[in-house]
Amino acid sequence: MTQDVYVPANNWVIAVSLVAALILNLMPLQGDFLVLRPDFVAIALAYWNVNHPYKIGMLIAFFLGLMMDVGDAGILGQHALAYCVIVYLTSVFGRRLRLFNAVRQAPQIGLILFMMQTVMVLIAISTGSPSPEWHYFLATVTGALLWVPASVMLTTLQKPKADPDVL
Amino acid sequence: METTPQFFRHSPGPFARFLVFALLSCLLIAEDTRFKYFPNLRQAIGVMIFPLQQIAYFPADIYDRIEEFIASFYWMEENEKLRQLYLENKAQLLTLHALEAENRHLRNLLGAVEKNQLQTGANVILAEILYTPRDPFNRKITLNKGSYHDIQLGQAVIDDKGIVGQVTQLYPWWSEVTLLTDKDHSVPVQVLRNNIRSIVTGTGKNDELALRFLSMNTDIQRDDLLVTSGIGGVYPSGIPVAVVQRIEQDSGGDFALIISTPVAGVDRNKQVLVLPLVPAALNELGEPAQGRR
Repeated sequence: MTQDVYVPANNWVIAVSLVAALILNLMPLQGDFLVLRPDFVAIALAYWNVNHPYKIGMLIAFFLGLMMDVGDAGILGQHALAYCVIVYLTSVFGRRLRLFNAVRQAPQIGLILFMMQTVMVLIAISTGSPSPEWHYFLATVTGALLWVPASVMLTTLQKPKADPDVL
Repeated sequence: METTPQFFRHSPGPFARFLVFALLSCLLIAEDTRFKYFPNLRQAIGVMIFPLQQIAYFPADIYDRIEEFIASFYWMEENEKLRQLYLENKAQLLTLHALEAENRHLRNLLGAVEKNQLQTGANVILAEILYTPRDPFNRKITLNKGSYHDIQLGQAVIDDKGIVGQVTQLYPWWSEVTLLTDKDHSVPVQVLRNNIRSIVTGTGKNDELALRFLSMNTDIQRDDLLVTSGIGGVYPSGIPVAVVQRIEQDSGGDFALIISTPVAGVDRNKQVLVLPLVPAALNELGEPAQGRR
């Protein structure tokens, strides 16, 4: 893969974080927790794509989306497209986003998550589903709030691994 | 930051990639909602994520165990209550058997079509609700039994009060049940009070079912109980489905807008019963009933 000027991330950390995000997404929750639960996979994908571009291809995002579709009992391809949107948007705006720190990135990530959810709603409506309640978009807010701790955590996770890799 | 021009020589840009995958997703969506050429694709992915799901259920599992442990202090009381309930039900079942025999006898006398046997207790499968998937666009639940436990596609699922839904997607170790309230789901019903037949359809909203295509002057009232009519051969007849909640004049339409609420409570209980498929003989029974209309 092409190397960026940034320190390359350990592939294992990426893989483990994505699997962990998938597990968190598959957790059986009910009621209010279910409404507020952010899309962990989307956040993990956004983090890796913003901070280490070209590490995660769209193919991986696509397959993660398919897994989410089956786990969520949704339309096959809905999450897949949504995660590809995340990868696309973050690879387009990634350089701009890297100029800010995590706190100032959060609202912009929220906007990207909002676009992802809009794509999901559009797909659902186009296949004949009723439009969801307004609180469907609350997951965007919690996702943006989660961005800061998630990016701090993922950055510290790869720090000891990344340093000896450089030279 | 501007030192990565060689990237563009190796692979297409993000937008081209995105277009390719967007097209692929759209094809998949169309395939999944319309054509269904690859019914096993879902199962294959399902098997792949099964271990991850098991890990994800782990905390909920522990929570359930703790809850069960606390509940175990009240087992004696519950046992006594259940035993009393069992006796009461047993008495009712005895009269039901008598009525059934009498009914069959009378039907024989009249030369009427033999109605399907009441399948009380005939290899029903007890299943537990694993979770409600997050997808807000459809109404489904996941059960902890799948094709490995002899669950079949199309089986009706009930709880202690009435119909919950129908098994619509089968995986080796779990299955998906489409609830009554799903917008794609319809149940042939009849009003218990006067045997008016109709079809009740989900609206996609929680706790709301719609009775369509009944005119304003139809004899239907609030609190009427709707039971399955058995037409269509999916659901056995006579199981409660919904209670009529309100009747409104559809603005501009010729039909009444009849909203009812399902009697079964999916969010209240954890166990459900999966009924066996209605035998093919009933499908023939459905024919003359439809022809009469």
